[in-house]
Amino acid sequence: MLKTARGLCAWLLGFAVMLSSSWVLAEEAEQLKFNMTRGVTPVSQDIHGLHMLMFWWCVGIGVVVFGIMFFSMFVHRKSRGVKPANFHESTALELTWTAIPFAILIAMGIPASKSLIELYDTSESEVDVLITGYQWRWKYEVLGEDVSFFSNLSTPRDEIDGFAEKNPNYLLEVDEPLVLPVGKKIRFIVTANDVIHNWWVPDFGVKRDAIPGFTNDSWAVIEEPGVYRGQCAELCGKDHGFMPIVVEAKSDAEYRAWLDEKKAAAAALAELTEKTFTFDELYAKGEEVYNRSCAACHQANGEGVPGAFPSLKEGISVGPIQNHIDVVVNGVPGTAMQAFGEQLSEVDIAAVVTYERNAWGNNMGDLAQPLDIYNHKQGK
Amino acid sequence: MKWLPENPNARLTVKLTAVVSFMFVFAIFIMPPLYDAFCEITGLNGKTGEKYQAVDVKVDTSREIKVQFVATNNEGMPWQFGPEVKTVTVHPGEQTRINYLVKNTTGRDMIGQAIPSLIPYKAASYFHKTECFCFNQQALLAGDDAVLPMYFIVDQDLPKYIKTITLSYTLFDVTDRFSEEELLSMAATGPITLTAEQ
Amino acid sequence: MAHGPAKGITRWLYTTNHKDIGSMYLWFSFAMFFLGGIFALVIRAELFQPGLQIVEPNFFNQMTTMHGLVMVFGAVMPAFVGLANWMIPMQIGAPDMALPRMNNWSFWILPFAFAMLSSTLFMEGGAPNFGWTFYAPLSTTYAPPSVTFFIFAVHIMGASSIMGAINIIATIMNMRAPGMTYMKMPLFVWTWLITAFLLIAVMPVLAGVVTMMLMDIHFGTSFFDAAGGGDPVLFQHVFWFFGHPEVYIMILPAFGIVSAIIPTFARKPLFGYSSMVYATAAIAFLSFVVWAHHMFTVGLPIAGELFFMWATMLIAVPTGVKIFNWVATMFKGAMTFETPMLFSIAFVILFTIGGFSGLMLAIAPADFQYHDTYFVVAHFHYVLVPGAIFSITAGVYYWLPKWCGNMYNETMGKMHFWLAFIGLNVTFFPMHFSGLAGMPRRIPDYNMMFADWNMISSVGAFLFGAAQVMFLYNIIATIVSGKKATDEVWENPEGLEWTVPSPAPYHTFETPPEYK
Repeated sequence: MLKTARGLCAWLLGFAVMLSSSWVLAEEAEQLKFNMTRGVTPVSQDIHGLHMLMFWWCVGIGVVVFGIMFFSMFVHRKSRGVKPANFHESTALELTWTAIPFAILIAMGIPASKSLIELYDTSESEVDVLITGYQWRWKYEVLGEDVSFFSNLSTPRDEIDGFAEKNPNYLLEVDEPLVLPVGKKIRFIVTANDVIHNWWVPDFGVKRDAIPGFTNDSWAVIEEPGVYRGQCAELCGKDHGFMPIVVEAKSDAEYRAWLDEKKAAAAALAELTEKTFTFDELYAKGEEVYNRSCAACHQANGEGVPGAFPSLKEGISVGPIQNHIDVVVNGVPGTAMQAFGEQLSEVDIAAVVTYERNAWGNNMGDLAQPLDIYNHKQGK
Repeated sequence: MKWLPENPNARLTVKLTAVVSFMFVFAIFIMPPLYDAFCEITGLNGKTGEKYQAVDVKVDTSREIKVQFVATNNEGMPWQFGPEVKTVTVHPGEQTRINYLVKNTTGRDMIGQAIPSLIPYKAASYFHKTECFCFNQQALLAGDDAVLPMYFIVDQDLPKYIKTITLSYTLFDVTDRFSEEELLSMAATGPITLTAEQ
Repeated sequence: MAHGPAKGITRWLYTTNHKDIGSMYLWFSFAMFFLGGIFALVIRAELFQPGLQIVEPNFFNQMTTMHGLVMVFGAVMPAFVGLANWMIPMQIGAPDMALPRMNNWSFWILPFAFAMLSSTLFMEGGAPNFGWTFYAPLSTTYAPPSVTFFIFAVHIMGASSIMGAINIIATIMNMRAPGMTYMKMPLFVWTWLITAFLLIAVMPVLAGVVTMMLMDIHFGTSFFDAAGGGDPVLFQHVFWFFGHPEVYIMILPAFGIVSAIIPTFARKPLFGYSSMVYATAAIAFLSFVVWAHHMFTVGLPIAGELFFMWATMLIAVPTGVKIFNWVATMFKGAMTFETPMLFSIAFVILFTIGGFSGLMLAIAPADFQYHDTYFVVAHFHYVLVPGAIFSITAGVYYWLPKWCGNMYNETMGKMHFWLAFIGLNVTFFPMHFSGLAGMPRRIPDYNMMFADWNMISSVGAFLFGAAQVMFLYNIIATIVSGKKATDEVWENPEGLEWTVPSPAPYHTFETPPEYK
């Protein structure tokens, strides 16, 4: 009995020491990823401060309470021949240990309330970004700048399935990152297209639910240039774990250049819509688009998942081409098939339709040009 | 209460069952309207109010409020949908008209419903719509397009610190909720019945 | 005229005996505990290392959902009802539960509910995959077809809980032995009385919210659909109006069990009995005004955030009072550390740690970083596993000799404790770190920076699972071939249940005892 109690004490003490030392270590070596990030915005730094304050309060209370408890477990053991006392009531004590925690709570709550008020102050922003959550990608629109694009996971399927070595940014990398200027007040306006998502970048201390039909807002002033990564933080279905966020914070000049580049790219894309592509160009491009936007459900081999996602080796990809285009552009209401007309460019849709009609032994032999897609989208 | 059973266990069971039934009814029939009322008062979720009866007020030209308009298509809604002008600057008390443009690009006749949401929430109760396409569903035949107007007034009592208001409309496909005839009659009436060209 | 139990299967099907029904509840919940545990191990196996190895993301979501539902509604709640069935009549000197036929009914609908819920795993489109909190519209517009069966299963579970609660309230209020005033009732009875009132108040709300889902899915209403003027956030408000009291439903009876065990092994009366009762009532009351702390990132107005933050922090006060009372009970006692005491002490320590992380989560600004990360997962497993599971385990070891008349194997009990204790901490402590480092919950795959913590957690989970197999073996061995236990079992334990022989006869207190 004695050994057990002593063992319990020793183990728990060791455990406590291990924990507290690990936290101290974490302070020194953030790359160990023990602790919450300090982040690069005033809000995230405030939150980090609150977090550490709360942590040390808890450690302090824990040391006192567990200290008394372990002292008692060690000293007041029957095996040491002690006789139990019989006290079982003390109004004074009860009042004391109601009042003291109460006071501590007020000490905790006041700084927390202050930070909260700051966190909610989204007024006077210089850059407004509309963020829309989709199953399972993000869309960014810089308000007033005519820049709007989708941001998809870019980790290759092979890395997820274990056929290729995972790169350091595994699952935290996207094809089109959002670029933002440092030192400016940025307002994030968050909404969703289907289910509830949540846009979270730990380094900004920004986490907001994206709710279909409603808008939320949040803000950040990024103090240091860098690449900041985050993830969706609200269960949103199958690929909830596969819709990362990447934000690159750059100088104002670089940010401006990025906006121009985006606009130029959009113009170039519009021009490409007019162009006629060869079959091989479309097929190659289509394979890429397919693996990025379609393979998650319809699978890389086009066979789909029986009962959930239809096979593309039959049905629309081997039927009339107008019908095929319509399904990709407008989706199928009431099913998991989304309308890709908004998410993908005309070129991408033409390519993926061409690919689907000719891959996996489908051999339809026909192809779709971007202009066909454009006309379809215009209702012609 | 005489009608309660004599047996104390049965009495208690009847009373507790009454509590259970009340809580069930409370959850379904009382909480949602309570929540709606609460949202209306606090502007929670940016729900903007019902049609506003314009009152004669002075325009406060000393203040300028930037109003941003954004549009989102909900999943399964392929229409082209967006504001004609993305930002306007208004004075509190002055009535302004803006338009959203919409086009049914599909080969199907469809009905859409736009749901407004406004941030900051605090501003929702100071943002009055005298007429809005969002008060009704919009039916568009295959390939049709329309101009959807919205008239609004920003209240003079809008808190001083609010300088920008962002109004977002999300367009939902609600075709399934209506019959073919309803759709056709809605489409015939046009996208909006304007009470007057104010 | 004391007659024994009927023979054969009809004994169990038709029984109205609180001891039989209590045993069935306990065995059922044990079975569900293993089922939910298997789901958890599938999750931990997939998360053992980065990459997708074992299950598809969609099936992974089904596992997280089913694990939560089965553990909450199948393991923890029925286990407490089972303990209540066995112990409340014996602790208050009643011959049986107040409404014995309803008691039979409330148990026997449970297996059907869980058969229905489990059958969804084999349906087209799979089992519910929207998390145990089933937020709309993921659980309505975007749900698999099996959601309808899920809704019916929840209705049946709710009906069972409500009937159980009515029965417990009636038993406690109407059937106490002469002399047992409210303020003399054992704390397990008190905490259960308060829990039962919580159940009466919130289970209908759960029934309401799933009914609204059902109507949205099949009857064209739009409670939670913005397109028809509804609001997905309303779902969360209604759900958590149920959900927050629900988490106290899973912890208050645990307080009662621990308050019975600690005095026995400290050989000293419970410190601050009346403050314990008031604290429990205060916690129950506060549980109704804190629900939106689960929704800090949903976009509440700032006044709402502040209110719910302060109200939530306030819960720490009565909870602290309870912890301090237990420590004061141990202080200057003459302690021994048998298995039930070990589990109870671990309960006090680990539940306090869970309380600390709860306090941190209550701080609304900080919650913007913690929300929906593994920090939250660590928090609620620290309050639920040591809180509910350890206290139930402690209760089983404590009262098992009274139930079956045999003493369990103390060495094996201690081994079970240490394995479970180490397994639990190895599983859940690293989750604090992975959460703070930025790992969201409910994801089947993750970046390498979370890999070390996840691997440790997975190892711990299998260790914890193995410990529970040992528990099962120990219980069976005790029933089949344990040494005879004395009537008192422990040294001078408090309570009427120890005045009857071991094993407790089929009918006890047919003439009410006089309670001083």
